[in-house]
Amino acid sequence: MLSIKDLHAEVEGKNILKGLNLEIREGEVHAIMGPNGSGKSTLGHVLSGRPGYEITQGSVEFLGKDLLKLDTEERAHLGLFLAFQYPVEIPGVSNMEFLKASVDAVRESQGASAYDTVGFMRRAREACAAVDLDQAFLKRGVNEGFSGGEKKRNELMQMMLLEPRLCILDETDSGLDIDAMQVVASGVNAMRSESRSFLLVTHYQRLLDYIEPDFVHVLADGRIIRSGDTSLALELEAKGYSWLDDSEVA
Amino acid sequence: MSQEQIDRAIAKDYAAGFTTDIESDTLPPGLTEDTIRFISAKKSEPEWLLEWRLGAFQVWREMAGPDWAHIDYPEVDFQSISYYSQPKSMEDRPKSLDEVDPELLATYEKLGIPLHEQEALAGVAVDVVFDSVSVATTFREKLAEAGVLFCSISEAVQLYPDLVRKHLGSVVPRKDNFYAALNSAVFSDGSFVYIPKGVRCPMELSTYFRINEANTGQFERTLIIADEGSHVSYLEGCTAPMRDENQLHAAVVELVALDDAEIKYSTVQNWYPGDAKGKGGIYNFVTKRGLAHTNAKISWTQVETGSAITWKYPSCILRGDNSVGEFYSVALTNNLQQADTGTKMVHLGKDTRSTIISKGISAGKSSNAYRGLVRVGPTAKGARNYTQCDSLLIGDQCAAHTFPYIESKNPTGIIEHEATTSKVSDDQLYLCQQRGLDPEKAVSMIVNGFCKEVFKELPMEFAVEAGKLLEVSLEGSVG
Repeated sequence: MLSIKDLHAEVEGKNILKGLNLEIREGEVHAIMGPNGSGKSTLGHVLSGRPGYEITQGSVEFLGKDLLKLDTEERAHLGLFLAFQYPVEIPGVSNMEFLKASVDAVRESQGASAYDTVGFMRRAREACAAVDLDQAFLKRGVNEGFSGGEKKRNELMQMMLLEPRLCILDETDSGLDIDAMQVVASGVNAMRSESRSFLLVTHYQRLLDYIEPDFVHVLADGRIIRSGDTSLALELEAKGYSWLDDSEVA
Repeated sequence: MSQEQIDRAIAKDYAAGFTTDIESDTLPPGLTEDTIRFISAKKSEPEWLLEWRLGAFQVWREMAGPDWAHIDYPEVDFQSISYYSQPKSMEDRPKSLDEVDPELLATYEKLGIPLHEQEALAGVAVDVVFDSVSVATTFREKLAEAGVLFCSISEAVQLYPDLVRKHLGSVVPRKDNFYAALNSAVFSDGSFVYIPKGVRCPMELSTYFRINEANTGQFERTLIIADEGSHVSYLEGCTAPMRDENQLHAAVVELVALDDAEIKYSTVQNWYPGDAKGKGGIYNFVTKRGLAHTNAKISWTQVETGSAITWKYPSCILRGDNSVGEFYSVALTNNLQQADTGTKMVHLGKDTRSTIISKGISAGKSSNAYRGLVRVGPTAKGARNYTQCDSLLIGDQCAAHTFPYIESKNPTGIIEHEATTSKVSDDQLYLCQQRGLDPEKAVSMIVNGFCKEVFKELPMEFAVEAGKLLEVSLEGSVG
């Protein structure tokens, strides 16, 4: 589904990704862990096409397409979703309006018919309930005045409604209390399917107690330096990231 | 969104730029007393009106154009403008839409505002002004049942001379300002509305303006009189075809709300703004003012997206006690457009209240200024004003200015002014694009959200139209 080969990327002239390789097949859940500044978030933004991120080398194939040649919204149309670490506010635009426009745009691009308004509102209410947000949030401006946890849940709600093929969660767990984390985790777990893949970007092992990944990768200095299963995450948690430096040297 | 995307989106052509080919009966350029006599004779006007026009011309000749606005444009040569233009097909006035020039109807189709659809769906009576003369009037009969008079001002001069003579120039005197004086001298046509005592107008009244003759000034004159206890909602919307020459437009709108009456006046203005280099485009110098008597209410709502130059301050004179004035405005400028717009709220009566909500959006290299006066006179005990003035910047080469003037001569007056300036951020665009929205749709949505407080003031029938026109402008203003 996603094939990243020798990816180099820079932001404001600074090399962040330095030869990253990663294969994600359909239905798999991958976790990427790494110390601050290792390039975890950059990877998510490079994949989703944030302006200002320059690819200097390498290739990314997503569902048979050359991902790096597509505009940001075209990547979304293909089914790539990024749950933001810090979602911005859009004052005056109601969540419902935003969700409808977004889902309509994605469905239209895929040749699917738009949901009728009543049908869509029912789905939106269900998603809202699933992430444990009050229905009033559908009427509020996008992320306007939301707390950190509410914003994260709002991201998850959008993800549910858009039904993407690849979900990238950029430190969705950061700043969440245990209850909120469980809500996010059960949402993700409910969405797991044979055709949908996940890339969980996280700093802590904690999230992986609730979402069990198929693979765990450690990112350091712009490259994946180690891959394994959940035991790698646990080992990291126990020994800290400095353990990697030592072991790499050794 | 990258600068490249911004440039590409901004470079899009003006969607409403096209010209309809209808032969016109046009006066050669130039302005003298003879020009005015010609116009007046062409309309078979009574002697008093000719004298009134000539009086305005005398005043105008001694005046100079206003130079205080935050706009910059080459001097207008008033002798190079043609002051009268009339489609030939007007000689035989159509009785219904079936008789209207098909090419004219096709023009509206291109703009996506087919008349018959509006009639059917919205029940809107449309008084179409094509160039300077009304070519179609609909729903007249239904309005007549309610006693509402709705016609062109030329007709009103013939049919209701007493009403016209009493109120014309009563709110905007001929010598009010340079452009009002010019308009008074040469006004071509416009709308006239009279709502009798206690009548609630059964439908929204609407006029679509369209400037269609090359190098022809457009001098609309609108007079709306709401008699005691009556209520009317009037809608004005405009688009214009593409032009090379700058076109001058100097309209005057006068509203008279007698005791307990209410007038709601909504405008969507989408005139040709000029190309990306600032060539062409309409110069729009408009004087709009309403006079509110006791317990009366006047509400202006405007969505301004067009014109190369906009100079416009829809105002309320709150003369009667307890009268209310409102001004809700969205002004969007792009490329090299310049807007200096706002309002004047003049509180004279006791316990008068006014609300000003202004949303300015600047894109490209445009300049957008809000200029608002709130004046509380010595007699206006307990007057209240609330002003909220927000600016939104798109890109980094545009400008937003706010010029509030506050004058209070009564210690009991309460005046509040709030102002903000914000920017459409790259992060907002990125979020929208990541969710599948293209950049234009994203900016349109963000701007719509910014304007929400004003849009909700628009009548339902107009809200769709406004959204559509705004989106057309945004096609050229993304960034």
